[in-house]
Amino acid sequence: MKPYFRQIIKEIYKIGISSIGIVIIISVFMGAVITLQTAYNFTSAIIPRYLIGVGARDSMLLEFSSTMVGLILAGKVGSNIASELGTMRVTEQIDALEIMGINSAGYLILPKIIAIVFFNPFLCMISMFVGIGGGYAIALFTESVTPENFILGIRAFFIPFYITYSIIKTILFAFIIASVSAYQGYFVKGGAIEVGKASTRAVVYSSILILLFNLILTNLLLG
Amino acid sequence: MIEVKNIHKSFGDNHVLKGISTIFERGKINLIIGKSGSGKTVFLKSIIGLHEIDKGEILYDNRTFSGTKTKFKKTIRKELGMVFQGGALFDSETVERNVMFPLEMFSDMSFEEQRERANFCLKKVNLLNANHLFPSEISGGMQKRVAIARAISLNPKYLFCDEPNSGLDPATSIVIDNLIKDISEEFDMTTIINTHDMNSVVEIGDKITYIHEGQKWWEGSNNDIFSSENKELNDFVFVSKKMKLMMKRK
Ligand SMILES: Nc1ncnc2c1ncn2[C@@H]1O[C@H](COP(=O)(O)OP(=O)(O)OP(=O)(O)O)[C@@H](O)[C@H]1O
Ligand SMILES: [Mg+2]
Repeated sequence: MKPYFRQIIKEIYKIGISSIGIVIIISVFMGAVITLQTAYNFTSAIIPRYLIGVGARDSMLLEFSSTMVGLILAGKVGSNIASELGTMRVTEQIDALEIMGINSAGYLILPKIIAIVFFNPFLCMISMFVGIGGGYAIALFTESVTPENFILGIRAFFIPFYITYSIIKTILFAFIIASVSAYQGYFVKGGAIEVGKASTRAVVYSSILILLFNLILTNLLLG
Repeated sequence: MIEVKNIHKSFGDNHVLKGISTIFERGKINLIIGKSGSGKTVFLKSIIGLHEIDKGEILYDNRTFSGTKTKFKKTIRKELGMVFQGGALFDSETVERNVMFPLEMFSDMSFEEQRERANFCLKKVNLLNANHLFPSEISGGMQKRVAIARAISLNPKYLFCDEPNSGLDPATSIVIDNLIKDISEEFDMTTIINTHDMNSVVEIGDKITYIHEGQKWWEGSNNDIFSSENKELNDFVFVSKKMKLMMKRK
């Protein structure tokens, strides 16, 4: 049992912790841009300015922190998983595991799925938090909306279910990324060129599935 | 002792193994030789079950291996070590961790005992001071030696090597050959080696099986191989015409 546990910890580090940086950078900028654009679009004097905060918050909670982050991680983590497993396949490392009497799929793939499904909800929450932080920075440093209005906005009409909804989506997307990419990598036949193709396929297929399931889940959970 | 009986293996229309039967004896070096593409790797991988055979039987010390359940295969696999043609070291783990890996998976040893055992095996293959390097940081010959150390870490009863010395210089090749021979004798293993290196054949070949187009064409020891009348074997052994003439004159 211990090697499996060690493997999960390793994957959490490789798949999860190492993605924190990119999630933070993208979320800060997107939170900022969403706030700016909402502000530019709300030109009418009848619309209260604090609604900019509401809009920015809900965009982050509903779509950005789950779907967009999911797509970005499909690129980063998906290609990583597929190329790692593909390389292990073509260099016979997977055969070596099998020969030792180890269930290679169980040993290699399961820890990845557990790690990503466990850790991505944290990434999603980090993204929400720093995304709204990015919006607040816009409020502080530009004329588009006052910090008071922004704070008022992000506290108004708050629906806690949006967070649950986002986390549910994130977990499903995490599962899609890990399983689709692992499948593509694990069953590679051939050499380095096939590994490259598999990792491209991993990104494309998991992205498409994420978009598709986003539509389905949105309809199911919010519709 | 490993016994194979009439094994067949095809990939689509490509009939690679056409009914090979032989016995690999314990405590001896059993060599499988043959031209490139003759089916040596497929043969070896079939014996250890990486390829499912179409027909025939494989017995490990009278225990049927072919066609059995995965669970039973695992029991036998824990008794065998394999050195792949490319080494197949885990490239995310250090040399020491590679050798410790089977111990970590299957032994009750403590971490310190595992390390000790790993270092013992690394010493056997003459590889010191590389413990904390990664496979990508060591040479091809060193990788082969790590692969051997990993294969023997659990004291296997059966050792398989797919061209353990391809791509190595003649001196290192012979070092590795003798190493495998010593280890096999010391631990009384059934060792099967794929090779097309004639030096290995002369040095360590207790029993040699010559595979030609997926069939067993000749079988014998390193003492008989140069005096054989088998045409295809002679073509394989005496590649240069000059050498053939020289042998004839003798
Ligand atoms: N996984 C596979 N799928 C389909 N055909 C295969 C596969 N592995 C091997 N073959 C075919 O089996 C034949 C024998 O190949 P094999 O690798 O056993 O040769 P070999 O004797 O080991 O050669 P070498 O000395 O070059 O390693 C070849 O014709 C090859 O195309
Ligand atoms: Mg081969």
